[in-house]
Amino acid sequence: MNLLSIFRRGSAPIARERLQILLAHEREARDQPDLLGVLREDILAAISRHVSFDPDKVQITMDRGATVSTLAVDIEIPNRRRPSGSLPRYNRLMIDAEVASARSQWTNGLC
Amino acid sequence: MSEGKSARVLVVTSGKGGVGKTTSTAAMGAALAHLGEKVVVVDFDVGLRNLDLVLGAERRVVFDLINVINGVAKLQQALIRDKRLENLYLLPASQTRDKDALSEEGVAKVIAELRTKFDWIVCDSPAGIERGATLAMRHADAAIIVTNPEVSSVRDSDRIIGLLDSKTERAERGECVDKHLLITRYHPWRAARGEMLSIEDVLEILSIPLLGIIPESEEVLRASNVGSPVTVNAALSAPARAYFDATRRLKGEQIPMQIPNESRGIFNKLFGRKAA
Repeated sequence: MNLLSIFRRGSAPIARERLQILLAHEREARDQPDLLGVLREDILAAISRHVSFDPDKVQITMDRGATVSTLAVDIEIPNRRRPSGSLPRYNRLMIDAEVASARSQWTNGLC
Repeated sequence: MSEGKSARVLVVTSGKGGVGKTTSTAAMGAALAHLGEKVVVVDFDVGLRNLDLVLGAERRVVFDLINVINGVAKLQQALIRDKRLENLYLLPASQTRDKDALSEEGVAKVIAELRTKFDWIVCDSPAGIERGATLAMRHADAAIIVTNPEVSSVRDSDRIIGLLDSKTERAERGECVDKHLLITRYHPWRAARGEMLSIEDVLEILSIPLLGIIPESEEVLRASNVGSPVTVNAALSAPARAYFDATRRLKGEQIPMQIPNESRGIFNKLFGRKAA
């Protein structure tokens, strides 16, 4: 610590903070290589037991935040009956879930 | 090979290029040999070999790692004995452009043979996370992660730590690769002024044990210029002493960590200016 640094703080604290945030996300992604893929399969399997839908009309997105991430599932479900001659109509099933960011749960072993 | 002692395979890696992997491999390989260990340094940077140049052996390369893997040459024919340290050997990389020349089985065979002949097998990894880098770390018992106190280097080191925990033989057996952090090109005055990540910052972010701190020094550049490891060329210089301390720690000795410091006058201490 010196006199000047009191007035002119260096850029190292910014570097540290940026790295901490970035690496927290990258480690999470690394430790759960295909979380989205696994979730997608499980969610679609559960829903397909009750309604039929076109797998191509499914959107699953994960929005990562600092403390909480949001998982959004958007599925188009065709209506079973539609009046002849009219355009096909769809219902839309949307699931929103908040997923707490937890790294430890997914890490394996202590290296 | 000292009887009854098991060989250690060490990978020197970083992810990012230009942080000092080859310099550190040469410096610590020479330091280990100086301390009485029988050492081979292996260049895994196929196509861009440089360890031969840093060790001043570039004109003595006849056969290389790929020749040994392909059976063109025997291991003994490819090994180059250092002219200054009789315990130090180099296994050079090939200059071939074919990266696939390095086969997984071939590398396993060569490492297994080296284990019977040496105390330490120091693998100099290429930059990146491609085949060459993963093969260099594949059989490692321990890893030195070379990091500069700078954002891109720290990020890449974190990535490499992830690979060491998943892609190595040890990781696949459910064991750990011993990881050691070597901070190179450290500028004490920049860290003191908050212009560069401090040692504590890097340690907190990467959370692996610190092996040593190598200060930025013209001696390191001079050593590569003349083709001699800094631990041989300027053994009493600050970077060489830091490399020797790191090497002793690697061997299990308890050496107190010295954070490189600059002797500065009262004016500089007050105003944080580096003396010209």
